[in-house]
Amino acid sequence: MINLNVNHKKYRIDADPDMPLLWVIRDIIGLTGTKYGCGVAQCGACVIHLNGEAVRSCVTKLSRGAGQEIITIEGLSANNNHPAQVAWNEESVPQCGYCHSGQIMSAAVLLREKPNPTDQDIDDAMAGNICRCGTYLRIRKAIHLAAELQKKEGGTT
Amino acid sequence: MNNLVKPWQRFMPSRTVLIMGLLLYFVGLMAFAMNHKTELKKELPPHVVIRKDSVASVKAFTAVYKVLMSPRCMNCHPQGDIPLQGDDSHLHTMFPKRGLEGKGVLAMKCANCHQPTNTPGLNTPPGNPNWHLPPADMKMVFQGKTPRQLAKQLVDPQLNGHKDMQKLVEHADDGLVKAGWNPGEGRSLPPMSHAEFKKAWITWLSTGAYAPKK
Repeated sequence: MINLNVNHKKYRIDADPDMPLLWVIRDIIGLTGTKYGCGVAQCGACVIHLNGEAVRSCVTKLSRGAGQEIITIEGLSANNNHPAQVAWNEESVPQCGYCHSGQIMSAAVLLREKPNPTDQDIDDAMAGNICRCGTYLRIRKAIHLAAELQKKEGGTT
Repeated sequence: MNNLVKPWQRFMPSRTVLIMGLLLYFVGLMAFAMNHKTELKKELPPHVVIRKDSVASVKAFTAVYKVLMSPRCMNCHPQGDIPLQGDDSHLHTMFPKRGLEGKGVLAMKCANCHQPTNTPGLNTPPGNPNWHLPPADMKMVFQGKTPRQLAKQLVDPQLNGHKDMQKLVEHADDGLVKAGWNPGEGRSLPPMSHAEFKKAWITWLSTGAYAPKK
Protein backbone atom coordinates (compact mmCIF):
# COMPACT_ATOMS: atom_id res chain seq x y z
CA MET A 1 0.00 0.00 0.00
CA ILE A 2 1.32 3.41 -0.95
CA ASN A 3 0.00 6.61 0.59
CA LEU A 4 -0.76 9.36 -1.87
CA ASN A 5 -1.90 12.91 -1.25
CA VAL A 6 -3.78 14.08 -4.32
CA ASN A 7 -5.57 17.43 -4.34
CA HIS A 8 -5.31 17.51 -0.55
CA LYS A 9 -7.08 14.17 -0.20
CA LYS A 10 -5.36 11.07 1.11
CA TYR A 11 -5.46 7.81 -0.81
CA ARG A 12 -4.07 4.37 -0.04
CA ILE A 13 -3.06 2.80 -3.32
CA ASP A 14 -2.61 -0.93 -3.79
CA ALA A 15 -0.56 -1.00 -6.99
CA ASP A 16 2.91 -1.72 -8.34
CA PRO A 17 5.29 1.03 -7.13
CA ASP A 18 6.57 1.27 -10.72
CA MET A 19 3.13 2.09 -12.13
CA PRO A 20 3.11 5.56 -13.77
CA LEU A 21 1.37 8.15 -11.60
CA LEU A 22 -0.79 9.01 -14.62
CA TRP A 23 -2.32 5.53 -14.52
CA VAL A 24 -2.93 5.81 -10.78
CA ILE A 25 -4.52 9.23 -11.08
CA ARG A 26 -6.75 8.35 -14.03
CA ASP A 27 -7.56 4.67 -13.60
CA ILE A 28 -7.42 4.09 -9.86
CA ILE A 29 -8.35 7.44 -8.35
CA GLY A 30 -10.60 8.35 -11.28
CA LEU A 31 -9.39 11.87 -11.99
CA THR A 32 -9.40 11.96 -15.78
CA GLY A 33 -8.57 15.62 -16.38
CA THR A 34 -4.89 14.75 -16.75
CA LYS A 35 -4.34 13.31 -20.22
CA TYR A 36 -2.19 10.63 -21.79
CA GLY A 37 -0.37 11.98 -24.82
CA CYS A 38 2.93 10.34 -25.69
CA GLY A 39 3.84 8.26 -22.63
CA VAL A 40 7.51 9.29 -22.83
CA ALA A 41 7.63 12.85 -21.45
CA GLN A 42 7.67 14.44 -24.89
CA CYS A 43 4.36 16.29 -25.10
CA GLY A 44 3.30 17.64 -21.69
CA ALA A 45 -0.34 16.53 -21.78
CA CYS A 46 0.11 14.67 -18.49
CA VAL A 47 1.65 17.50 -16.42
CA ILE A 48 0.69 17.49 -12.77
CA HIS A 49 2.27 19.32 -9.83
CA LEU A 50 4.50 17.21 -7.62
CA ASN A 51 5.52 19.37 -4.69
CA GLY A 52 4.78 22.34 -6.90
CA GLU A 53 6.85 21.25 -9.90
CA ALA A 54 5.40 20.52 -13.35
CA VAL A 55 6.28 16.85 -13.59
CA ARG A 56 5.28 14.54 -16.42
CA SER A 57 3.10 11.95 -14.73
CA CYS A 58 3.42 9.45 -17.59
CA VAL A 59 7.06 8.72 -16.68
CA THR A 60 6.83 9.41 -12.94
CA LYS A 61 6.51 6.26 -10.90
CA LEU A 62 3.93 5.89 -8.18
CA SER A 63 6.79 5.37 -5.71
CA ARG A 64 8.12 8.88 -6.39
CA GLY A 65 4.77 10.35 -5.45
CA ALA A 66 4.46 8.49 -2.16
CA GLY A 67 3.84 10.93 0.69
CA GLN A 68 4.38 13.94 -1.61
CA GLU A 69 1.92 16.68 -2.48
CA ILE A 70 0.28 16.02 -5.83
CA ILE A 71 -2.06 18.48 -7.51
CA THR A 72 -3.92 17.70 -10.70
CA ILE A 73 -5.93 20.04 -12.92
CA GLU A 74 -8.99 19.17 -10.83
CA GLY A 75 -7.27 20.48 -7.70
CA LEU A 76 -5.58 23.56 -9.13
CA SER A 77 -8.31 25.84 -7.79
CA ALA A 78 -11.46 25.58 -5.75
CA ASN A 79 -13.85 26.71 -8.49
CA ASN A 80 -11.86 26.54 -11.71
CA ASN A 81 -10.87 30.10 -10.92
CA HIS A 82 -7.10 29.95 -11.04
CA PRO A 83 -6.03 33.02 -13.07
CA ALA A 84 -4.76 30.72 -15.82
CA GLN A 85 -8.10 28.89 -15.98
CA VAL A 86 -10.03 32.17 -16.08
CA ALA A 87 -7.72 33.55 -18.78
CA TRP A 88 -7.93 30.35 -20.84
CA ASN A 89 -11.69 30.66 -20.78
CA GLU A 90 -11.60 34.38 -21.50
CA GLU A 91 -9.35 33.95 -24.53
CA SER A 92 -11.09 30.75 -25.72
CA VAL A 93 -7.68 29.16 -25.95
CA PRO A 94 -8.47 25.49 -26.58
CA GLN A 95 -9.43 24.10 -29.94
CA CYS A 96 -9.70 20.35 -29.38
CA GLY A 97 -8.64 20.90 -25.77
CA TYR A 98 -6.76 17.66 -25.24
CA CYS A 99 -3.43 19.20 -24.22
CA HIS A 100 -4.77 22.07 -22.17
CA SER A 101 -4.87 20.61 -18.70
CA GLY A 102 -1.13 20.06 -19.13
CA GLN A 103 -0.69 23.52 -20.63
CA ILE A 104 -2.51 25.15 -17.72
CA MET A 105 -0.55 23.18 -15.11
CA SER A 106 2.73 24.32 -16.69
CA ALA A 107 1.46 27.89 -16.97
CA ALA A 108 0.55 27.85 -13.28
CA VAL A 109 4.15 27.04 -12.33
CA LEU A 110 5.38 29.79 -14.64
CA LEU A 111 2.98 32.34 -13.11
CA ARG A 112 4.04 31.37 -9.60
CA GLU A 113 7.76 31.71 -10.33
CA LYS A 114 7.52 34.65 -12.77
CA PRO A 115 4.38 36.65 -11.95
CA ASN A 116 5.07 39.00 -14.89
CA PRO A 117 6.46 36.71 -17.56
CA THR A 118 7.94 38.04 -20.79
CA ASP A 119 7.36 36.29 -24.10
CA GLN A 120 10.77 34.67 -23.66
CA ASP A 121 9.82 33.39 -20.19
CA ILE A 122 6.65 31.93 -21.69
CA ASP A 123 8.63 30.22 -24.45
CA ASP A 124 11.13 28.86 -21.91
CA ALA A 125 8.44 27.54 -19.59
CA MET A 126 5.97 26.20 -22.13
CA ALA A 127 8.33 24.61 -24.67
CA GLY A 128 7.62 21.16 -23.24
CA ASN A 129 3.88 21.39 -23.88
CA ILE A 130 2.88 20.60 -27.42
CA CYS A 131 -0.46 21.59 -28.97
CA ARG A 132 -1.37 19.84 -32.22
CA CYS A 133 -4.03 22.43 -32.92
CA GLY A 134 -1.37 25.11 -32.79
CA THR A 135 -3.02 27.33 -30.21
CA TYR A 136 0.33 28.72 -29.10
CA LEU A 137 -0.47 32.35 -29.80
CA ARG A 138 -3.65 32.17 -27.73
CA ILE A 139 -1.75 30.37 -24.97
CA ARG A 140 0.74 33.22 -24.87
CA LYS A 141 -2.05 35.80 -24.81
CA ALA A 142 -3.84 33.94 -22.03
CA ILE A 143 -0.72 33.73 -19.89
CA HIS A 144 -0.23 37.49 -20.17
CA LEU A 145 -3.87 37.97 -19.21
CA ALA A 146 -3.52 35.53 -16.32
CA ALA A 147 -0.55 37.54 -15.06
CA GLU A 148 -2.76 40.65 -15.09
CA LEU A 149 -5.59 38.85 -13.29
CA GLN A 150 -3.17 37.50 -10.74
CA LYS A 151 -1.85 40.98 -10.09
CA LYS A 152 -5.39 42.31 -9.62
CA GLU A 153 -6.14 39.52 -7.19
CA GLY A 154 -3.04 40.60 -5.31
CA GLY A 155 -1.62 37.16 -4.82
CA THR A 156 -0.10 34.20 -6.51
CA THR A 157 -1.24 30.63 -6.28
CA MET B 1 24.77 -8.08 64.42
CA ASN B 2 22.50 -5.99 62.32
CA ASN B 3 25.31 -3.51 61.63
CA LEU B 4 27.64 -6.18 60.24
CA VAL B 5 27.87 -6.21 56.49
CA LYS B 6 27.90 -9.69 55.12
CA PRO B 7 30.30 -10.49 52.23
CA TRP B 8 27.55 -11.10 49.71
CA GLN B 9 25.99 -7.77 50.68
CA ARG B 10 29.22 -5.95 49.73
CA PHE B 11 28.84 -7.29 46.24
CA MET B 12 26.22 -4.65 45.38
CA PRO B 13 25.18 -6.23 42.10
CA SER B 14 23.45 -3.16 40.66
CA ARG B 15 26.60 -1.01 40.89
CA THR B 16 28.84 -3.74 39.45
CA VAL B 17 26.45 -4.37 36.60
CA LEU B 18 26.34 -0.63 35.90
CA ILE B 19 30.15 -0.30 35.81
CA MET B 20 30.60 -3.41 33.70
CA GLY B 21 27.87 -2.26 31.39
CA LEU B 22 29.56 1.11 30.92
CA LEU B 23 32.90 -0.55 30.24
CA LEU B 24 31.34 -2.84 27.66
CA TYR B 25 29.58 0.12 26.07
CA PHE B 26 32.83 2.07 25.64
CA VAL B 27 34.66 -0.99 24.32
CA GLY B 28 31.85 -1.50 21.82
CA LEU B 29 31.85 2.18 20.87
CA MET B 30 35.62 2.16 20.24
CA ALA B 31 35.37 -1.02 18.22
CA PHE B 32 32.59 0.50 16.09
CA ALA B 33 34.52 3.75 15.61
CA MET B 34 37.67 1.92 14.52
CA ASN B 35 35.70 -0.35 12.24
CA HIS B 36 33.79 2.61 10.82
CA LYS B 37 37.07 4.41 10.12
CA THR B 38 38.35 1.36 8.27
CA GLU B 39 35.16 1.29 6.22
CA LEU B 40 35.52 4.97 5.34
CA LYS B 41 39.12 4.42 4.34
CA LYS B 42 38.03 1.63 2.05
CA GLU B 43 35.51 3.89 0.31
CA LEU B 44 37.86 6.81 -0.29
CA PRO B 45 40.41 6.62 -3.07
CA PRO B 46 44.03 6.68 -2.00
CA HIS B 47 45.68 10.08 -1.73
CA VAL B 48 47.18 11.08 -5.01
CA VAL B 49 50.92 10.77 -5.16
CA ILE B 50 52.25 12.84 -8.01
CA ARG B 51 55.07 11.28 -9.99
CA LYS B 52 55.57 13.58 -12.92
CA ASP B 53 55.77 11.90 -16.30
CA SER B 54 54.62 14.12 -19.15
CA VAL B 55 54.61 11.33 -21.75
CA ALA B 56 52.47 8.96 -19.67
CA SER B 57 50.24 11.86 -18.62
CA VAL B 58 49.48 13.08 -22.13
CA LYS B 59 48.93 9.49 -23.27
CA ALA B 60 46.44 8.89 -20.47
CA PHE B 61 44.64 12.12 -21.30
CA THR B 62 44.08 10.92 -24.86
CA ALA B 63 41.84 8.20 -23.40
CA VAL B 64 40.23 10.60 -20.94
CA TYR B 65 39.44 13.08 -23.74
CA LYS B 66 37.74 10.39 -25.82
CA VAL B 67 35.36 9.66 -22.95
CA LEU B 68 34.67 13.26 -21.99
CA MET B 69 33.89 14.18 -25.58
CA SER B 70 31.57 11.19 -26.03
CA PRO B 71 27.86 12.10 -26.08
CA ARG B 72 27.29 10.56 -22.65
CA CYS B 73 29.57 13.15 -21.05
CA MET B 74 29.55 16.08 -23.46
CA ASN B 75 25.78 16.27 -23.85
CA CYS B 76 25.52 17.77 -20.38
CA HIS B 77 28.56 20.03 -20.85
CA PRO B 78 27.30 22.10 -23.80
CA GLN B 79 28.65 25.41 -25.09
CA GLY B 80 25.26 27.06 -24.76
CA ASP B 81 22.61 26.87 -22.07
CA ILE B 82 20.60 24.10 -23.72
CA PRO B 83 21.76 20.52 -23.11
CA LEU B 84 22.53 18.21 -26.01
CA GLN B 85 20.77 14.96 -26.74
CA GLY B 86 21.36 11.68 -28.52
CA ASP B 87 24.42 10.05 -30.02
CA ASP B 88 24.63 12.90 -32.55
CA SER B 89 24.59 15.50 -29.76
CA HIS B 90 21.79 17.58 -31.22
CA LEU B 91 20.16 20.30 -29.14
CA HIS B 92 17.77 18.79 -26.59
CA THR B 93 14.25 18.82 -28.02
CA MET B 94 11.97 21.35 -26.28
CA PHE B 95 15.07 23.45 -25.58
CA PRO B 96 15.16 23.16 -21.78
CA LYS B 97 17.47 25.79 -20.31
CA ARG B 98 20.27 25.47 -17.78
CA GLY B 99 18.97 27.91 -15.15
CA LEU B 100 21.15 29.33 -12.39
CA GLU B 101 21.71 26.03 -10.61
CA GLY B 102 21.81 23.90 -13.75
CA LYS B 103 18.51 22.26 -12.87
CA GLY B 104 16.30 23.90 -15.47
CA VAL B 105 13.84 26.78 -15.29
CA LEU B 106 10.17 27.42 -14.47
CA ALA B 107 7.97 24.56 -15.73
CA MET B 108 10.98 23.00 -17.48
CA LYS B 109 13.13 21.67 -14.65
CA CYS B 110 15.28 18.64 -15.46
CA ALA B 111 13.63 16.47 -12.81
CA ASN B 112 10.19 17.12 -14.30
CA CYS B 113 11.03 14.48 -16.91
CA HIS B 114 14.30 12.91 -15.75
CA GLN B 115 13.38 10.55 -12.95
CA PRO B 116 15.68 9.15 -10.25
CA THR B 117 16.18 6.08 -12.47
CA ASN B 118 16.12 5.44 -16.20
CA THR B 119 12.65 5.28 -17.68
CA PRO B 120 12.05 1.90 -19.36
CA GLY B 121 11.84 1.89 -23.16
CA LEU B 122 13.86 2.96 -26.17
CA ASN B 123 15.15 6.57 -26.04
CA THR B 124 12.98 7.47 -23.05
CA PRO B 125 14.35 10.01 -20.55
CA PRO B 126 17.43 8.69 -18.77
CA GLY B 127 17.42 9.17 -15.02
CA ASN B 128 19.52 9.95 -12.00
CA PRO B 129 18.56 11.42 -8.62
CA ASN B 130 20.92 14.34 -9.25
CA TRP B 131 20.28 15.03 -12.93
CA HIS B 132 21.57 18.51 -13.84
CA LEU B 133 23.90 20.59 -15.98
CA PRO B 134 26.81 22.51 -14.49
CA PRO B 135 25.53 25.73 -12.89
CA ALA B 136 25.40 29.05 -14.73
CA ASP B 137 28.39 30.48 -12.86
CA MET B 138 30.61 27.44 -13.59
CA LYS B 139 29.55 26.03 -16.94
CA MET B 140 32.44 23.57 -17.32
CA VAL B 141 32.00 23.42 -21.09
CA PHE B 142 33.38 20.36 -22.89
CA GLN B 143 31.77 20.92 -26.29
CA GLY B 144 34.19 22.39 -28.80
CA LYS B 145 37.24 22.20 -26.53
CA THR B 146 40.54 20.91 -27.87
CA PRO B 147 42.39 18.35 -25.74
CA ARG B 148 44.73 21.07 -24.51
CA GLN B 149 41.91 23.48 -23.61
CA LEU B 150 39.94 20.77 -21.83
CA ALA B 151 42.94 19.46 -19.89
CA LYS B 152 43.78 22.95 -18.66
CA GLN B 153 40.17 23.64 -17.71
CA LEU B 154 39.85 20.39 -15.78
CA VAL B 155 42.66 21.21 -13.37
CA ASP B 156 41.85 24.89 -12.89
CA PRO B 157 39.83 25.24 -9.67
CA GLN B 158 38.36 28.49 -11.00
CA LEU B 159 36.89 26.56 -13.92
CA ASN B 160 36.39 23.02 -12.63
CA GLY B 161 33.96 23.59 -9.78
CA HIS B 162 36.66 24.41 -7.20
CA LYS B 163 38.05 20.88 -7.20
CA ASP B 164 41.53 20.17 -5.90
CA MET B 165 43.49 17.10 -6.96
CA GLN B 166 41.85 14.84 -4.39
CA LYS B 167 38.38 15.99 -5.36
CA LEU B 168 39.20 15.46 -9.02
CA VAL B 169 40.26 11.88 -8.32
CA GLU B 170 37.06 11.27 -6.36
CA HIS B 171 34.96 12.80 -9.14
CA ALA B 172 35.57 9.70 -11.29
CA ASP B 173 33.17 7.90 -8.95
CA ASP B 174 30.54 10.64 -8.87
CA GLY B 175 27.03 9.22 -9.32
CA LEU B 176 26.21 11.38 -12.33
CA VAL B 177 29.57 10.63 -13.97
CA LYS B 178 28.90 6.92 -13.56
CA ALA B 179 25.42 7.37 -15.00
CA GLY B 180 27.17 7.80 -18.36
CA TRP B 181 27.72 4.06 -18.31
CA ASN B 182 24.04 3.41 -17.61
CA PRO B 183 22.49 5.59 -20.30
CA GLY B 184 19.20 3.77 -20.85
CA GLU B 185 18.03 2.00 -23.97
CA GLY B 186 18.98 3.38 -27.37
CA ARG B 187 22.13 5.27 -26.38
CA SER B 188 25.73 4.29 -27.00
CA LEU B 189 28.14 3.80 -24.14
CA PRO B 190 31.34 5.83 -23.70
CA PRO B 191 34.24 4.35 -25.71
CA MET B 192 35.71 2.39 -22.78
CA SER B 193 34.55 0.89 -19.50
CA HIS B 194 34.27 3.02 -16.40
CA ALA B 195 37.15 1.09 -14.83
CA GLU B 196 39.38 1.85 -17.83
CA PHE B 197 38.33 5.48 -17.78
CA LYS B 198 39.01 5.79 -14.06
CA LYS B 199 42.44 4.25 -14.51
CA ALA B 200 43.30 6.68 -17.32
CA TRP B 201 41.87 9.59 -15.32
CA ILE B 202 43.93 8.83 -12.23
CA THR B 203 47.03 8.12 -14.33
CA TRP B 204 46.65 11.49 -16.05
CA LEU B 205 46.26 13.31 -12.74
CA SER B 206 48.93 11.43 -10.84
CA THR B 207 51.54 11.88 -13.55
CA GLY B 208 51.22 15.64 -13.41
CA ALA B 209 47.99 16.36 -15.36
CA TYR B 210 49.94 17.53 -18.38
CA ALA B 211 47.96 19.16 -21.17
CA PRO B 212 48.56 17.93 -24.72
CA LYS B 213 50.20 20.42 -27.09
CA LYS B 214 47.01 21.00 -29.07
